Amino acid sequence: MADATKYLSHLELGEPDQTFLDSNELIINMGPQHPATHGVLRVILKLDGEKVLGTECVIGYLHRGVEKIAEHRTYAMFNPYVDRMDYVAAVSNGLGYCEAVEKLLNVQAPPRANYIRVILTELNRLASHMLWLGTHALDIGAITPLFYTFRDREEILKIFEKYCGARLTTHAFRIGGCQYETYEGFEQDVSKFLKFVAPKIGEYEELLTTNRIWVERTRGVGVISAKDCIALGVTGPVLRASGVKWDLRKAQPYANYSEFDFEIPTGGNGDTFDRYMVRMQEMRQSLRILEQAVGKIPEGPIMAKVPKVIKPPVGEIYHSIEAPKGELGYFIVSDGSTQPYRLRVRPPSFVNLQALDLMVRGQLVADVIAVIGTLDIVLGEVDR
Amino acid sequence: MPDETKSPTPPPTGEPRGPAGSPNPPNVESVPAQKPGAPAAVPNPAAPGAPPKAAAPAPPAKPAGPTPQPWDSPLIDRLKQQYGSGIEALSYLGQNYMVADRSLIPELLQVLRTEEHFDYCVDITAVHYPERARQFDLLWILYSHPHNERIRVKVMIADGEAVPSVVSIWPTANWLEREVYDMFGIAFDGHPDLKRILLPDGWKGHPLRKDYGIIQQDNEWVQINLGIESGQ
Repeated sequence: MADATKYLSHLELGEPDQTFLDSNELIINMGPQHPATHGVLRVILKLDGEKVLGTECVIGYLHRGVEKIAEHRTYAMFNPYVDRMDYVAAVSNGLGYCEAVEKLLNVQAPPRANYIRVILTELNRLASHMLWLGTHALDIGAITPLFYTFRDREEILKIFEKYCGARLTTHAFRIGGCQYETYEGFEQDVSKFLKFVAPKIGEYEELLTTNRIWVERTRGVGVISAKDCIALGVTGPVLRASGVKWDLRKAQPYANYSEFDFEIPTGGNGDTFDRYMVRMQEMRQSLRILEQAVGKIPEGPIMAKVPKVIKPPVGEIYHSIEAPKGELGYFIVSDGSTQPYRLRVRPPSFVNLQALDLMVRGQLVADVIAVIGTLDIVLGEVDR
Repeated sequence: MPDETKSPTPPPTGEPRGPAGSPNPPNVESVPAQKPGAPAAVPNPAAPGAPPKAAAPAPPAKPAGPTPQPWDSPLIDRLKQQYGSGIEALSYLGQNYMVADRSLIPELLQVLRTEEHFDYCVDITAVHYPERARQFDLLWILYSHPHNERIRVKVMIADGEAVPSVVSIWPTANWLEREVYDMFGIAFDGHPDLKRILLPDGWKGHPLRKDYGIIQQDNEWVQINLGIESGQ
């Protein structure tokens, strides 16, 4: 019977039960305005002293109805909207969307565009992981990594800015390829950045990996097994830290990821420390992909032959990519007109957040903060 | 708060179409019929406005493009043996899906989970076709970790018809079904906690239905809870 309620993520808010001697269960509210909830996440906690008995997430504060907006925009006009979902990994969102529409149109981005896409997307993965590391460490009490990671993330944003003029919501790609040719010195900038950042990742690790406080606060905290991850649909680094070697870049390659040699880092314990290690190694793997891609960008067009007015034939398609947070999918139904008949976004943060309850039950309140950080959610994507 | 709700509203310049629901019928034949409306509907940006006329002769050729092909696989053979004509298996642009009979629903999904090892429920979503008798397509996107295979299962259901919940099969369905309920008003039987997830609990209407306008909102809720006349 315990199994049936294992995955429930809501609270029965009745009269508090007596717990120990004359103390009662306590229901407290955390968020939505709380610096450690990474935005506007509200969590209702049921506590016995410091111990968490259960949680319920209340979300939707940032709901903008992205899927509804899509039905009233042309395919090209909707493109910038996807940047505003997971706004720390806007390039990934754009890649997923453009590839989904390309699939629907049955066109392929040219090789040069694919290289540019992979370079920018991997840079964005690094930026996303850096932001995660800085804020996650800050939540747990280490302030220094935040300054280090933001200093280095700045260099990535500068490359984005030089490439497309925007730093955060980049709108870097277009349906069929890329809008912009690389700027003069793009590849030099990227390889200079790679040389600059490779030792920095070691520096972050020096600050944290063997830091006693960090290890005590993360090891054995928020453990989730591989079986539970799959049952709850959890993807991305969280799934890999539980020991499942699954990455869409390998499992169902998109863009031209199959041309690159890289590994999928995994963990064994599925705790917060493993998720930290997996993301740190992922950053190194991203560097590896970038090193292979840079300097090898083939010559050629950057746009496939796509009609000015995009009218995909009637049909439906699901396409997903490995975003920094997990599987980001787009399900698009076309009725043959210029606007999607229905566009569904499968957000990794939304699905991953569902695992919060299972991961914190039986742990301490302070660990809830650590687990929210380790899940790496972006509320803009959870609420869409 | 008023700023937040105000700023997204100016862009929908398609105001005349918005509340009307602009139901784009999903028929191939309707494509040319829509064309007169399309350029008028995009008034401001010159780029998307002008080309439709230029591209007008091209589209009639396009619907002849890819069509769903029958999808044959050992999996389908096994399922067909069990359920016969209740399943139509198709493949579109290399993506496999099956259209199943509504009556098969919890059972077919349970079989896919336990016997065919589709252990990861990627997504549950719906599509609204208001002009159809059975108005909703309800979809499960499934993935099998052992076979690295992705399929979709689709059923058609009528408005107001409840569907068995699959939370007991894939726990991840919990929030996904809540979102479908929130956005489309499709109820799931046996869901442990079926309530709205993204919109507030007292909200009226289900925004992803086609008859729900893009700038429509629950004014009563806004007035009571936000203390403002309107979010527009």
